[in-house]
Formats: sequence, C-alpha cells, structure tokens
Amino acid sequence: MGALFTKDTQAIFWNNNASAIQRMLDYDYVINRVKPSVAAIVAPTSGNKFEKFFYGPDEIMVPVFRNTVEAAAAFPKADVLLNFASFRTAYDVTMEAITIKGQFKTVMVTAEGIPERLARKMNQAARDAGVVVIGPATVGGIAPGGFKIANVGGTIENIINSKLHRAGSCGLVTRSGGLFNELSNIISINADGIAEGVAIGGDRFVGSVFIDNLLRMESNPEVKYMVLLGEVGGTEEYKVIEAVKSGLIKKPIIAWCIGTIAKHFTSGVQFGHAGASANADAETAAAKNIAMAAAGIHVPASFNDLPKTISDVYTKLRNEGIVTEIVEPELKTVPKVRRKKEFICTISDDRGDEATYAGYPISSVATPETGFGIGDVISLLWFKKRYPKWATDYLETVIKTVADHGPAVSGAHNAKVTARAGKDVISSLVTGLLTIGPRFGGAIDDAARYFKYANDRGMTPVEFIDYMKKEGKTISGIGHRIKSVRNPDLRVSGLKKYAAEHFPATPLLDFALEVEKLTTSKKDNLILNVDGTIGILMVDMWRALGYSESDIDGFIEAGALNAFFVVGRSIGFIGHILDEKRLGMPMYRHPTDDILYNVEMADEI
Amino acid sequence: MAQRAIREYDGKAIFSKHWEKYFSGFHYGFKSVLVTNGDELRSYAQKHGFEWLKQEALVAKPDMLFGKRGKNDLVLFRTNKPGDVTLEEAAAWIDAKIANETILLSGQKGTLTHFIVEPFTPHSQDQEYYISATTVGEDDVLYLSAEGGMEVEEGWEEKVNEVTIPITMDDASIAHLIRANIPAGIPEENRERFIAFAEQFYKFYRDQNFAYLEINPIVMVGNDMHILDLVARLDDTAGFMMGEAWCGAEFPTAFGMEDQSPEEKAIAEADSKSGASLKLTILNPMGRIWTMVAGGGASVVYADTIADLSGNVADLANYGEYSGGPTTGETKFYAETVLDLMTRHKDPKGRDKILIIGGAIANFTDVAKTFTGIIQAFEVYAERMKAHNTRIYVRRGGPNYEKGLKDIKEAADRLGLYIEVYGPETHVTDIVRMALEK
Repeated sequence: MGALFTKDTQAIFWNNNASAIQRMLDYDYVINRVKPSVAAIVAPTSGNKFEKFFYGPDEIMVPVFRNTVEAAAAFPKADVLLNFASFRTAYDVTMEAITIKGQFKTVMVTAEGIPERLARKMNQAARDAGVVVIGPATVGGIAPGGFKIANVGGTIENIINSKLHRAGSCGLVTRSGGLFNELSNIISINADGIAEGVAIGGDRFVGSVFIDNLLRMESNPEVKYMVLLGEVGGTEEYKVIEAVKSGLIKKPIIAWCIGTIAKHFTSGVQFGHAGASANADAETAAAKNIAMAAAGIHVPASFNDLPKTISDVYTKLRNEGIVTEIVEPELKTVPKVRRKKEFICTISDDRGDEATYAGYPISSVATPETGFGIGDVISLLWFKKRYPKWATDYLETVIKTVADHGPAVSGAHNAKVTARAGKDVISSLVTGLLTIGPRFGGAIDDAARYFKYANDRGMTPVEFIDYMKKEGKTISGIGHRIKSVRNPDLRVSGLKKYAAEHFPATPLLDFALEVEKLTTSKKDNLILNVDGTIGILMVDMWRALGYSESDIDGFIEAGALNAFFVVGRSIGFIGHILDEKRLGMPMYRHPTDDILYNVEMADEI
Repeated sequence: MAQRAIREYDGKAIFSKHWEKYFSGFHYGFKSVLVTNGDELRSYAQKHGFEWLKQEALVAKPDMLFGKRGKNDLVLFRTNKPGDVTLEEAAAWIDAKIANETILLSGQKGTLTHFIVEPFTPHSQDQEYYISATTVGEDDVLYLSAEGGMEVEEGWEEKVNEVTIPITMDDASIAHLIRANIPAGIPEENRERFIAFAEQFYKFYRDQNFAYLEINPIVMVGNDMHILDLVARLDDTAGFMMGEAWCGAEFPTAFGMEDQSPEEKAIAEADSKSGASLKLTILNPMGRIWTMVAGGGASVVYADTIADLSGNVADLANYGEYSGGPTTGETKFYAETVLDLMTRHKDPKGRDKILIIGGAIANFTDVAKTFTGIIQAFEVYAERMKAHNTRIYVRRGGPNYEKGLKDIKEAADRLGLYIEVYGPETHVTDIVRMALEK
C-alpha cells in the first residue's frame, strides 16, 4: 500500500487516444518528470511502429504495439494499463492484462456500459490477481506531481490553477469524473490541493470502491485528510463508516453524498449514474449523510457549504502543524505554438561539434587506429548497434565476396552498355543496380526467407523440400550452373569455414546443409550456393547477436540482405564502368543476326 | 441504463427460444399471446397455432411490469367458477379494462394497454414451486422454495433457501452448491427433477444476461413445466452481445409513469445516435427554474441545490445533462429543446424564469464549442425568453472556457437577454444562490 502512483510510474496506453496521451506528456513535461508517463501504446489495427508526440517543445516517439503482451514484454516496468477500449472490448483487454504475470499493478478502465456480468467477473479476477482496477466508467486518477491518468484535470492551465501539478495534503475519492475536477479546484481554493485522487467510476460494478481507496490513503503518509464525494444508491459509504468507527481510518474525512433531490421523487427518475439509484432507505443520499455525520465524519449542511467544511478542517490541521507549508516547485512551460517535425532521423546527427554515426563521432571510426572497419560503420548506420568483431568481419566478408562476378552477368552488362553509350558513372552504375531484383541477386533474400520460414516452423529437411515443391517454387540458394559436390564453390567453403570458426552457433546453416544432402543426392549440382550461404549465415549472425525472430523478419522484409548485395556489387559495377571509360569502347549495338525476328502484319480490329 | 424490466410475455418468449438448450428433459408449451385489445385477441384465435384460444379455458392479465395483479383483482380466470373463461369473455374483459383508468392498491394509476392471455392450468397447491435469481452485492443469489404462489413473501425466511453463487464459481461447484441447498420441502419424487431444473435455471439466467428472473409459481407436473407468472429484468448493457437471443424484447415504461413527452423522446433518440451523452427528464413543465447542466455528477448537484435553496421542489422544471464532448449541433438541439419547453407557460405567480447553464470544470469537453450551440439556440428563442423575463446564470470551467464565457455574455448582451457569467473561481452551485436571492 502507500501511494498509488509515483514520479517513476509508467503506463501502457491501450488505444491510440492522441489527445489524452498528449495531455499526459504535457503534464509530465511541466512537472519535470524524467521519463514520459506513457511507455507504449497498444493499437491492434495500427500499422505504425510508433506515434510522435510533443514533449515540451520537442517531439518524442512512443512505440506502438499490436497487443498488450508485446508491449508489456518490451516495457516490463510499465505497471499501469490505461484501458481505453470501448465497452465491447474493455473486458477482454483487462482480462488479458491480468494474466500477464507480474506486470500490471493498476488497470484503469474508461468504458461506460460494460455488461454487468463481465464487469463483475473482471473486477473479481483483478482482485484475485492483486490488481487494482480503477473504473469502469471513469476519467481515472492522479498523484499530483507524479503521474496523471489521461484527461484528469483537463487542460494544463486548469491543472495549475487547481494545484494538480504538485502534491498537496488531501486524498480525494469521488464517483463522478466531472466533479472530481471540480473538487480538486475547490480543495485548491480552500486548502493546499490533493496528494492523491481517484474517480472510482459511475457504473454499478466498479473495481476499487471508496473504502479501498480510503484505506490506501490512510496508509499514505502524504495524505493528511480525505474528501469523499458519494452518491445516492448503494451501500459503499457504510463500509467507510465502519472503518472510521473501528479505527481503521483515523485521518479526518470530509464527506458528502450527492442526490438528495431523489427523495422528492418517488419513482422513475434516475438521478446521476447507473449505480445511483436507491433501493432502500439506507441508500438515500440523506440517510448516508446523516450516518456519516453520526460516525464523526465531517459532513456539510449542503453541497454549497462543502468549501467551508474543507477550509475548516484544513485550517485546523495547519494550526496543529500536521499540514505544513508547501514549497511551490519550479515548473516548465509548454510552448503555446509547437510545430510537428516532417522528418525523423535516428541514425546520425550533424548538429553538434562533429557529426556522429549512431553517437560515434566520425573521427572516432574513420582512421585505421580506431579499429573500426567498414563493417563497423555499416553496423552503426544500418542497425544502430556496435556489432562484435566476428560479426563485422562477416559483413565485410560478404561485401568482398559479392563485389563482382564478371562482365557477363546482366547487371554488369547493363552498366557496360550504358557506359559505352557515353553516360557518366552514376547513370551507368544505376542501370546496373536497377537490374538487381528477384532474378539477379535476389536469391540471398529468398534463401534467408524460405529457410528461416521452414526452420521457424520446425519443418524437417524432407518436409521443407516437399513444401517448396507444393508451392511450385525452386529452392533459392540451392543449385549452381557449374559447381557441384565434387567441384565445390570455394567462396562457399570459405564462408562456411569462417562461420564454423567464429560464429557462436549456426543452426540455420546446419539445417540448410541437411537440405543440401538431400538435394545433392538427387542431382550433383544442387549444392548450397554462395547466395544461399550468405543469406542463411546472416540470419545465424542476427540470432547470435540476440535479435528476436520478428526483428530478423523485419530486417529481411526491409531489404537489408539485398542492401549488402547492392553495396558489394556497386564496387564491381564501378570497376566495369571505369574499365569501359579507360578502354574508350564505342557505342554498343547488338548484332541483328543475334536476334530472332518474328514480326507479323498487325490485324485490324 | 443497465437493469431494465421486460414484459412477462417477452420473458416467456426468451425461455421458449432457448428451452431445448437448457431444459431438454422438460417440456414447456409457451402458449401465450400479448394483445392490446379484444379484437386483437379474437384475430389471434383465427391463426394457425393458436387454436387453443378457442379450445381451452383462458387466463388474462395485464402485462405492464407491475406485480400483485391478483390482489388488484386484475387476473381474469373465472366467470362462474375457476377455469371457465372463454375467448369472448376474455376479449370483452380486456376491452372493458382499456376503456377506463385503473388505480392500483399502491396508488399508481394509468390506462392498461397490454395483456397476456394464456390457457388456464388446473393444478394443486403442492405442485407449485418458487424459483428466482438476482445479483446481491457482487454475487448471484438463487432463491428456491417448495412453496410457490403469491404467499411466498410472507414467511420468506422459513420458506426460501438462498444459494449465494460467487461470480467466478465453476459449473461443477455450482451444481454441488445447488444440490446441497435444495429446500427440504420438495417431495422425494420431484427432488432430482427440481435440482436439475434449478441448475439449468441458474445457467439460463446467467448466460442470457438477466439481472433478475423470477417464476412464481412454477408448476411442475411430471416433466411438464408451467410458468404461471414471471418477472424479469435484463442487463441492457449486454444487448450488443445478445443479438436475437432476447427475441427483440422491449423495455416499457413503468405503469403509472406518464409516457415520455415528445421532447424527452427526441433527446433520448439524439443520445442513442451520439457518442456524447444527452439526457432530459421533465419534472414539472410549469416549473420556474430550468437547467442545462454539463456532466452527470454536476447535474445532480445542481438539482440538489435548487431543491434545497428554493424550498419548493416544484420550482425545478427539468433534470438532465449533456456531456462527453457533444458537437455544436447536438448542443444547439438540446438547448433549443429546453428553451422551447421553458417558454411555453408563463409562471403562474408572474415570477421571472431562471435558466441555469451550469457545469463543473470539464476534463476534455471544449466549452466554447458547446456554448456556440447554446448561443445559436438563444438567437432563435431570444424574443420568447424575454417575454418570460428569463434570467440566465452561467458557471463553467474547462478547456477554452474563457472564450466560451465571453462569447455567451456577448451574445446575450447583443440579444438583450439578462445574463451573469462565472468561471471556476466561483463555487459550482453558487449561481443557484445568486439566482434565487435576486
């Protein structure tokens, strides 16, 4: 027990409710929080990986996940779930969150009108799991100066006016969200603001009730007295009365039940929330107000007199020295006008003294004595990580291996033809690069994709071969025009040898070699070729570096493997282009006797 | 609005629809019709499947949510002796009832409009049982008694077994618990039958999202079940999951409550189509103080304060709220509806009309935007408001409230309306005191 939230509390926000999230982050900035209070967003239908929000004058990126489990795994310390799902799905979202062991301490549910049976099940399951549910049908709660849920407190101006930017000494519990705000304002005018506050929600069945919150506040040393705003209907206020009578609650409570109007109307009119309907005399607002006063709770004569009661209790506590003067903290100001950034860069930065690659100044990676090679630079700029030497050496090996494959392959041929047409290096290079795709160089991508797919799903080599046959696809990375088992490709031998000596493990290569055994038993040249070996070992490298399977799938989908081929082969293309310039060869025209002409007269339609 | 009562007929229809799924060992005929007059009943009798209306003795009673129909002498089951009511007699009785106002022993009065007609079921007292289920606190409670009929309320403690079923209890434990709490008075030959029925009754109540379900009495003749009287409430928030399972049951207004006025209906309809919340109840159309309050909690506090400070609750004309970020158009419609109602009747004592535009400090509703809708309504109703000496008192806070307050003040001044506006520095309900003291 103790405080519900602190300045370190972080939440996962279910549903991309941009305005509510922005208000939380504005609050965080104003009160000088170190970390934003929203760690991640769960948005099942979003295609985005992050959403941009303002943090003070700047923008930050808040990661977006498809489901709560993934978000929780990425942010194990985010122990609050802000469930902004609709009444149709809020139950499922809460139930899933509860089952994530050790993750959430608090789940706030905003939806109004969750089916009662589901709400009861949800509340009970949360209690059994030791999770506090705030709501359903609530605006949430706040620990001023620490953590604010979504829209509580409204605008920043109102938050500061109502002194919700720093802890006061009152613990506030209401049913209504609108009146929560109002009470915060009243308490700031007549006392020194609140230390912690919760609007428990307006539905008939809510998770945490008045007594749960008041008992926690009793044990929170920041809270010196409590204000409770009850409502006609239900018997929850009587639990508070019992706790006061039995001495469980010793701090002063100021309380008022709204809905005294109901006594004037015998039936039919529903005053207030779904939970607010008196089924017995004891449930009327008047009866509860009388019973609370009798138990020693401070009850005003009417709601209009509530400010005076609060002022009286506060003044008494001040005079007794229980409440002391608050030193007003320094606040930051959120700029009135903020501009969204059009571009985002997360790999390099040229704004400082010296430009950096993923934080490394260029001079610290450029010269030989830094120990950084081109593989290191690639790992920094492509993957924003510094890879170990065995991995960067592998990257360099790949680039060196794919740098060229003679003038006859289509990319090099295109580059040569373009250079002979008198075009410059860039134009010629680009014609070569544009040839790279599914048939030229694409085998690296495909080999990695298909072998990984089979391996991820636990297929045996036989099953994999059958699968590819059924799909009607040849196996990328298998087969060579000339090379065979008896005449091995020495590039492949070199790569395998390097991996065997330096990689921590090569599970996908091992799998591919099993496949090769089967394919070569059918035909001698169906060997694992150089494209296949490169792609497969790249997957093994990423696995050994600790990337998740979905990270690796992401790299493959983004075209990272193709990119290695592009970088490496550019070296060869440029060689061919410079060769053409040097040789001064004339414009190339293909000999007509090398073309089969088969042109018929066009029919008229 | 959560738990809502349905007609006995609809409750029985829901039973019938799901009978085979829950009560496959038992038989239930569902011979019931719901009619609003004698001719409707006569025409039912001509339809295929309803021949029993002509062949069997009938029972007719109002189906309008109220109970104690026997004590109110509103159950027709005899002309000369029990079980001799014919179709024609039932039709005539219904027509006689709808022709005049009916006053119940409770004092509720109104015109009967809906009747349920069923075959008369001859049976003996010892074949009657009682069963019901509802929610108490966080638990379900199943009530079982070997004695059915309307006398059950006398001697409840001795006659009725209460079985408390926690929300998370599994089916096997529920079965065990019910078996262990079967009333001792159930005769041995019916014991297993009753246990089986009670278990399935609970599951039916639970799965169909009833909030309350009572059969009193249920008559058990072998495996034949006769649901003689039924009271049911559904949890209407579960409606989106239930689809056809509820047989299109409607939620009628309680008997004696006047039907909603067209204005209340229009607001309810706008509410159902909006993501925001729009509520309006007219308490006294002649009332002097009209409210247009934002927020469910604030609306209660204003009503409380007006009743307290005016000293006469009849001054309060309406109750309601708009909240959850209504559009300008929605607010305009809401405001026009209230202003129209307010300017229909002069105050009998010739006093000013008071319009309270109140609200707490909004969390996210744009105050200026909603006030734009109210201002547009002022423009339409300004002359009528002046004719009723309307004084307007505004108190509001929240996003953009300064602009909202400035706009509404300027508009009222321009239109020549009396207005006072206050922000968050003024206590939320203090405008009520100011309005009444002037």
